[in-house]
Amino acid sequence: MTTQEIRMVQVVSEDGRVDEAQEPKLTKQQVFTLYQTLIRLRTFEARMMNLQRSGRIGFYGGSVGQEATATGSAFALEKQDWVFPQYREPGAALIRGISMETLLYQFMSTAKDIGKGRQMPVHYGDRAVNYVTISSVVASQIPHAAGGGWAMRLRKDNAVALVYFGDGATSTVDFHAGLNLAGVFKAATVFWCNNNQFAISVPREKQTASKTLAEKALAYGFEGLQCDGQDIFAVYAAAKYAVDKARRGEGPTMVESLTYRVGPHSSSDDPTRYRSDVEVDTWRKRDTLERVRHYLRHKGWYDESEDARLHKLAEEEVTRAIEAAEHAGPPSWETMLEDVFAEMTPLQQMQHDDLAAYLKWKEARA
Amino acid sequence: MAVMTILQAVNDALRTEMRLNDKIVVLGEDVGKLGGVFRATDGLQKEFGEERVVDTPLSETGIIGSAIGMALYGLHPVPEIQFMDFIYPAFDQIVNELAKFRYRSGGQYPCPVTIRTPYGGGIRGGHYHSQSGETHFAHTPGLKVVIPSTPYDTKGLLIASMRDEDPVMFMEPKRIYRSAKGEVPEGAYTVPIGKAAVPREGTDVSVFAYGSMIPVCLEAAKHADGKGTSVEVVDLRSLVPLDIKAVLASAEKTGRAVIVYEAPRTCGYGAEISALIAEHAMLSMKAPIMRVTGFDTPFPYALEDLYMPNPDRVYRAIEHVMSF
Repeated sequence: MTTQEIRMVQVVSEDGRVDEAQEPKLTKQQVFTLYQTLIRLRTFEARMMNLQRSGRIGFYGGSVGQEATATGSAFALEKQDWVFPQYREPGAALIRGISMETLLYQFMSTAKDIGKGRQMPVHYGDRAVNYVTISSVVASQIPHAAGGGWAMRLRKDNAVALVYFGDGATSTVDFHAGLNLAGVFKAATVFWCNNNQFAISVPREKQTASKTLAEKALAYGFEGLQCDGQDIFAVYAAAKYAVDKARRGEGPTMVESLTYRVGPHSSSDDPTRYRSDVEVDTWRKRDTLERVRHYLRHKGWYDESEDARLHKLAEEEVTRAIEAAEHAGPPSWETMLEDVFAEMTPLQQMQHDDLAAYLKWKEARA
Repeated sequence: MAVMTILQAVNDALRTEMRLNDKIVVLGEDVGKLGGVFRATDGLQKEFGEERVVDTPLSETGIIGSAIGMALYGLHPVPEIQFMDFIYPAFDQIVNELAKFRYRSGGQYPCPVTIRTPYGGGIRGGHYHSQSGETHFAHTPGLKVVIPSTPYDTKGLLIASMRDEDPVMFMEPKRIYRSAKGEVPEGAYTVPIGKAAVPREGTDVSVFAYGSMIPVCLEAAKHADGKGTSVEVVDLRSLVPLDIKAVLASAEKTGRAVIVYEAPRTCGYGAEISALIAEHAMLSMKAPIMRVTGFDTPFPYALEDLYMPNPDRVYRAIEHVMSF
């Protein structure tokens, strides 16, 4: 038995060398869009965790350490493409054009949340930009993306479905079902695995005895590759390759993006119980923004004052979003019984009326 | 008008609607070349091709999960789960994804998937080809649950399901797949989801049931009629949405209610009917509300005939409520 060689994409090495053979074709403006998105995202993440710690949002699950893998991969998509997200890709949301206000309206469970405050924070979605509403269930979105990518092919649309999931998800039945089906039907689907080394506390090597996660794709009859998830140019190059291939009708690809969750799994997690500071520091040094700065210097585009200006802009953007959301107010009680179906059922109508009567009764007693 | 079985009516509904709506895709295990293990999809692949009538890999999670993705994208998939007993690998996809998509997205993502699945006992199928799992799904907000009992209703309700904007669990009473026969009009028509039918009117006792229990109840009613008791049989047809008006109207008219379902008794769907009548029509009732059901056991094999509600057991309950 031989282990299949899995291609690994890296453009900018940790010490800043640029591999021009693997370098994607990006304009200076595109590079700056990525650069600015990473700065916006990092600023956003820091403020969100603080908001949670100060009790202004109920829960938060951050993506610090994983900024490049979501941002760079979503950047390879076109407007008509679809994202089937997990819950740790706000970078992809920003790239698709979801505003920080939209995210904060959701995080603060306000009346202005497109999802009407029905889900806990970090479970957003925006149909206007083909960003499917997030579930907490690990991997359940994988077969959706297989079906979505299959439908795109059946309808002969020029679209691609990209689905995000983590290393833990590769152990689930949904992973197997989704990839197997997509392989059979040559779905226009890109399976994007953000291998951040841990499923909450369980390390990657306890999920599977496979040498890589990417090689699992081979068993489903399609290509798997790896990329350096801390290197946004490698991420983009791998995504562009897989997305273009799917768009050409050549079927699915799985990309295993090697990354690390520097922060906790969520605001409820204590990562010191399952990993060492030394390990976290090792990954912290593989900083995504540092890698971009190396690249900018290599191109002769780096400007310290521009970096500072982008940080300032990002702070202002987050502040505006928080203020807008803090003034938005909660959803009205009537919305609780809406959208279960297109129309309320007669029994729901009776429950609605009973709830209205209760609220009236309560008000009269107050 | 053609006389059809329920199976033929399913096939006719699929064919009729697929001709009108190219967004309908049939998928499942053996539904293509074979035409389904019961032949419900017979001939469809030949007419509509392998891209619209799809033999899928053997994975309920994959069938329902991918159908959800197709529906989000704008198609109307009609997956078949070969036997309802095999639906449980897809339970998470149905309960946590399909049922919640519209709600959790604030109405952005409706998820019109019509899941067809044969259910129920009385066919010598043992544990895994006999269960009547409607309660799991009726207890999950976001799913409509439809169960026809006649060929006419089968075609009309299945076409209505394929035109519905929401997910429908379309449960087919396989015990009477071939035995129930009736006239079925040509072409497309719908039977509204959420409206009960009254296949037999009566004044003394109301019997509420659905699916393959309807012929059982009608036989019991006929027998009761011979003994001088006038029985009304209400065919719920749709458990969600429930036609609560029809249920209460009949209960109030007769003042006596017998509820029949073949699933295990405890927490069965009929318990909800009983509770609703107790809550809203108690003062019209002349006798305790009775249930005739399966037992709180896994579905038995050798003693199946004793497990399944039969006309005798239904009649006994009718006699009991008449004794008050």
